[in-house]
Amino acid sequence: MKEGTNYDLPIRAFAVTGILLTAIGIMASGLHSSDKNETAPASPVYEIKRDSITSLKAFKQVYKVLMSPRCMNCHPSGDIPLQGEDSHLHTMSPQRGSDGKGVYAMKCSNCHQPTNTPGLHTPPGNPNWHLPPADMKMVFQGRTPRQLAEQLIDPKRNGNKDIKKLIAHADDGLVLAAWNPGEGRNLPPLSHADFKRAWITWLTTGAYAPK
Amino acid sequence: MTTITINGNQQQIDADPNMPLLWVIRDLLGLTGTKYGCGVAQCGACVVHLNGDAVRSCVTRLSRAEGQQIVTIEGLSKNNDHPVQLAWNEESVPQCGYCHSGQIMSAAVLLRENSNPSDADIDAAMAGNICRCGTYQRIRKAIRLAAELQRKEGTNK
Repeated sequence: MKEGTNYDLPIRAFAVTGILLTAIGIMASGLHSSDKNETAPASPVYEIKRDSITSLKAFKQVYKVLMSPRCMNCHPSGDIPLQGEDSHLHTMSPQRGSDGKGVYAMKCSNCHQPTNTPGLHTPPGNPNWHLPPADMKMVFQGRTPRQLAEQLIDPKRNGNKDIKKLIAHADDGLVLAAWNPGEGRNLPPLSHADFKRAWITWLTTGAYAPK
Repeated sequence: MTTITINGNQQQIDADPNMPLLWVIRDLLGLTGTKYGCGVAQCGACVVHLNGDAVRSCVTRLSRAEGQQIVTIEGLSKNNDHPVQLAWNEESVPQCGYCHSGQIMSAAVLLRENSNPSDADIDAAMAGNICRCGTYQRIRKAIRLAAELQRKEGTNK
């Protein structure tokens, strides 16, 4: 009995602590709900609430980023990547190759290192530097807002991604590299946080394509 | 201390891990066949093989080579008899010669992956190797000959 009595206090204490923590958790989650996109956990559940006005407004922002050189240069309409703020063809004409990683002695990673190379206009780096593969080119260059929006949500043209995978793609290492482009290159027109917010908003409000 | 294997020999390198591999190869190991051209991966003079890929050693940091296999022009063959080297000699490809260790290293990767390259394949593979003497036609001719030699020997180096 004595031992049992001894355990009573901790059990009560745990129970009270548990209730308090749950209450704090609920409050905290309530506080976060307004900007949950910024602090999204690893596997968040997104509710689709169709709203064409909000969706189209968000896509305007998304389109501005995706058509900026930092994104579009590696989503060319041809098989040679683009370079620079004017999106000219990449000097020395490296080719996509079947896996998007170049061909023969001209593989992307032969020049593009795991990290940015120091110095103005030197090769930017990422461990996974590549173009989309030849069988799924995911072209941005030349796409109208409507064409790009339709392409982005079509699994047959977006790399077999559903909404959940598309949302996760906003944090892909190569996507993030756009905001760490190396010396001498402009950043995309929105911060990554703002882009991600617009991207998720567009997707979770119905992913409407502009007319 | 960084351990790399270069031309089959393991080497302990006491240097900043950010040092360009080209400096390690030339200045620390004394293998001066690999050349410094532009320093920003634009010309191809410094191409070496890193696990078989034709990397530009001027922008490749020593840290990337740690524990990896590096081959320089000195280690491409034991007796300077790689089909590409034989063909380069046969066709008297170089003029000043400065870019040709890089050219040969790139061509060797092409022929390893494609034993019968078309002119388009050659252009695609060699577009990153600049020759200021303009020996491009001889380079192309030599690669075709090297492919032939390789096929005859049945080698796939």
